[in-house]
Amino acid sequence: MVNYIWASMAVIGIIFAMVNGSMEQVNQALFESADDAVMLSIGLISVLVFWLGLMKVAEEAGLLSVLAKIFKPVVTRLFPEIPKDHPAMGYILSNFTANLFGLGNAATPMGIKAMEQMKKLSKSDQASRSMITFLAINTSSLTLIPATVIAIRMKYDSAAPTEIVGTTIIATLISSFAAILVDRLFYYRRVRKTKK
Amino acid sequence: MNIVTTVSTWMIPLIILVILVAAAWKRLPSYELFVEGGKEGVNMAFSLLPFLLGMMVSIAILRGSGALDALINLISPLLELFGVPPEIVPLSIVRPISGTAALGMTTELIKTYGPDSFIGRLASTMQGSTDTTFYIITVYFGAVGIRKMGDALKVGLLADLIGIIASIVIVSIVFAK
Repeated sequence: MVNYIWASMAVIGIIFAMVNGSMEQVNQALFESADDAVMLSIGLISVLVFWLGLMKVAEEAGLLSVLAKIFKPVVTRLFPEIPKDHPAMGYILSNFTANLFGLGNAATPMGIKAMEQMKKLSKSDQASRSMITFLAINTSSLTLIPATVIAIRMKYDSAAPTEIVGTTIIATLISSFAAILVDRLFYYRRVRKTKK
Repeated sequence: MNIVTTVSTWMIPLIILVILVAAAWKRLPSYELFVEGGKEGVNMAFSLLPFLLGMMVSIAILRGSGALDALINLISPLLELFGVPPEIVPLSIVRPISGTAALGMTTELIKTYGPDSFIGRLASTMQGSTDTTFYIITVYFGAVGIRKMGDALKVGLLADLIGIIASIVIVSIVFAK
């Protein structure tokens, strides 16, 4: 799936440029974006090292299992495949918590750790049920306080920069709920297919 | 607003404090553990690089050639039928694909129409309530070496669509024109 999407975006772009006469821009975009990707990855080093280091301490100190215990009823229902006291639960919850508080750069390292743990459980290079659920919730965004947007609104002299917090929370709730629902639907479809 | 900014500035230092105090309580070698965990981060960043670079270059070709704009022009009339304001269509298409492009568009919309206009509020809500599906899937699956993604992308994109529709409906209700 991702192979097709990846290749067709580039192929469509290049063919379009032939007709549109925008080869020049394609060349420029090519190398600029490659540059951007390297800068982004290098920029990620600081965040990844810091949070993974800190999370290691938190894990050893038993804080992740405390977090997992508090939210157990909700999360075990969302991820029925993961054993209750598995470290994956702790990482999933820290990822959700970081997202809720708008700490995007802390959320990514914890999300990756959660994925690692889920891979240990599934022992395959295929996306497991829990991974798809986890990603669905993440892509629907869990922000309570959209800090970046508030900052932009302040910059352009909004009379009430935070007035969109309410609408954002409601929209986020709906999209997260929809993500969980769609995820379940696809899961049951997969189950039905394998049964046949 | 003050409470919001205070909470966000206090949050990270407080998390660090709680973790370090808990570690000291259990007499753990916190510095050594930090370094051990941090080492993973270096490798992770480098193993992510090819995944990010590949995806970003492909998206850049699509955008740079003008094909993405053509696609937007093609879909716009269809979305307008469903009551999507034409100004917001490009943002709703780009939001799941490219985070930086979407942030740029949101800024541009807020600048052009004003933060307190209907379009400005809608762009703000949309930007905050969905995330860059392509980036999340690339990074998370890339980092742990998952080759077969199953339904992940379909589920993610469908959730984005519902999020966008929800934003339009809610902003229309709350901030009636």
